[in-house]
Amino acid sequence: MIAQREIWGRTLVSLGETDPRVAVVDGDLATSTKADLFADAHPDRFFQIGIAEQNMVGVAFGLTTMGYRPWLSSFGVFLSHRALDPVRMLVSQTGAPVKIAAAYSGLLNGSSGKTHQDIEDLAIMRAMPNMTVIAPADHIEAEAATRWAAEYDGPVYLRLARDAVTPVFDAMPEFVPGAVHVLRDGDDAVLVSTGVQTSRVMDAAEILSGRGIECRVVHVPCLKPLDEAGLLTALSGDAAIFTVEEHTIIGGLGGLVAEAVTSSALGKPVTRLGLADAWSESAPNDFLLDKYGLSPAKVADAVANVLNAKSESGTK
Amino acid sequence: MTKLEQQELELLEETARQGRWQVIRTVAAAKAGHIGGPLSAMDLLVALYFRQLRINPDHPDDPNRDRFILSKGHCAVGLYSVLALRGYFSVEELATFDHGDSRLQGHPDMKLTPGVDASTGSLGQGLSAGVGIALGAKRLGKDFQTWVMLGDGELVEGMVWEAVYSAQRFGLGNLTAIVDVNGLQQYGWPSASPDDRFDRSEPWSGVDLAAVFGGFGWNVLEVDGHSFPAIADTLERAQSLHTSGKPTVILARTVKGKGVSFTEGTYKWHNGVANAEQLKLAATELKQNKEGALR
Repeated sequence: MIAQREIWGRTLVSLGETDPRVAVVDGDLATSTKADLFADAHPDRFFQIGIAEQNMVGVAFGLTTMGYRPWLSSFGVFLSHRALDPVRMLVSQTGAPVKIAAAYSGLLNGSSGKTHQDIEDLAIMRAMPNMTVIAPADHIEAEAATRWAAEYDGPVYLRLARDAVTPVFDAMPEFVPGAVHVLRDGDDAVLVSTGVQTSRVMDAAEILSGRGIECRVVHVPCLKPLDEAGLLTALSGDAAIFTVEEHTIIGGLGGLVAEAVTSSALGKPVTRLGLADAWSESAPNDFLLDKYGLSPAKVADAVANVLNAKSESGTK
Repeated sequence: MTKLEQQELELLEETARQGRWQVIRTVAAAKAGHIGGPLSAMDLLVALYFRQLRINPDHPDDPNRDRFILSKGHCAVGLYSVLALRGYFSVEELATFDHGDSRLQGHPDMKLTPGVDASTGSLGQGLSAGVGIALGAKRLGKDFQTWVMLGDGELVEGMVWEAVYSAQRFGLGNLTAIVDVNGLQQYGWPSASPDDRFDRSEPWSGVDLAAVFGGFGWNVLEVDGHSFPAIADTLERAQSLHTSGKPTVILARTVKGKGVSFTEGTYKWHNGVANAEQLKLAATELKQNKEGALR
């Protein structure tokens, strides 16, 4: 297993060898984000800004006008919150090819607690015109997405996790923005997920299968743009729909799926699992996943409970 | 000291009067817009675009051109007036300012307007953009100068100081900031001090801005922002500091609303729309003809 940040750093080193536009603008977190690998390999294109995230974005924008395609290296929480106004005006509104590598995203960031846990980024970034929003499932997809983003002439928000997860992909020759992946099939429930939570949802589907509940698992790595028709096809049928994300249940993947379903003729409810409009805390990963309902066991329980309630009330 | 020939001085002064008239007239036609800031910055803008900047309006995207960023983006109408007079687009196009489907948005949009090097509007961001441009230029061996104009009110934004810090850190002699120190804001703070201009205290009252920039490792120049001989000399000196290995700031002392009697020196004309009588007065004071058309 390889962490997404590790593969991101390695991929940038590799891209930098053939593409002189690749650069990194760091906010003094390169040793955490693994941008230090790039700094060692390509010091002339590694720009240390210091602890000043708004300036990072402004400088990166300026560099794009000189032909660079810079990657921002910081914790996601600082890029999607503290630096949001420059991201909005200088990057999103201009379409500048600044690549936002949101490291340590979501809940699991080394016991840093709620100040550093970014559980609103997908909702914020998804609302922003021009922004491509990607949350890869594992290191395989993270590498493919990084390579795609480096070639794409526009802003990209790439959500990266601190810790490695069991990969869900064997290989991904090419990242296709907007594509929806059905990773497992089943008729009892559709579990839609994004980012590294997809790996835990695959485990949850395995647990549920042991209980006689067969789930379809749909991975949505790209919240924008989105193949909405492809998503609705994956959601079709009688199975109940669940969204599961390492993010607030407001406005992120759950919001996206709810919007798509209510605009369609599917006519099914959507159960949204994730952070239920509450801040989290400092704790080891296993504790957080369990307490906030994102561990495979807790996801399986939540799905089973909803399905049981439906069958008891005579609805499916 | 740079000597301006009398003929050039008169031309710059006349161009600035035309620019001020276009600001007043354009805002009146749009029925909304900023006045005080565009007028305080006008002489600086005219000196930059008609004398200092190495630019060619026929090739607004020339990769070797000097860059100019109006970080105080709400003064867009002042920049548009100067760009039009300089030939980036027609003076007639100013009539589309703030209208639907116009290239001339309320705040500068680099994707729409020829000659606009960075989108601005949310204050405090332009200097960071300038740092990125100057940094890229330095790494790529380009020798153009990047100029960024800020307002003194804008300097209160924290992001400005992140950029001030990093500009010296990267040794950006190819970056010049110009602060339009007009001393007044949209509203600001009331003041009881007779030393403060009019009834409002200056945003940097009690702060020695020259010492602050100097302390950050910048070259500091100060100038009367309404004297063309002084401005021309100071801009040339700033350009000559390109090789100093340090960024340069020009603190330009100006008067908000400069050039028109009823807008001068009052925060109340931060924005505003001149009525017919005021338009007539402004045209007279700015020596524009009665119809309000350019000579």
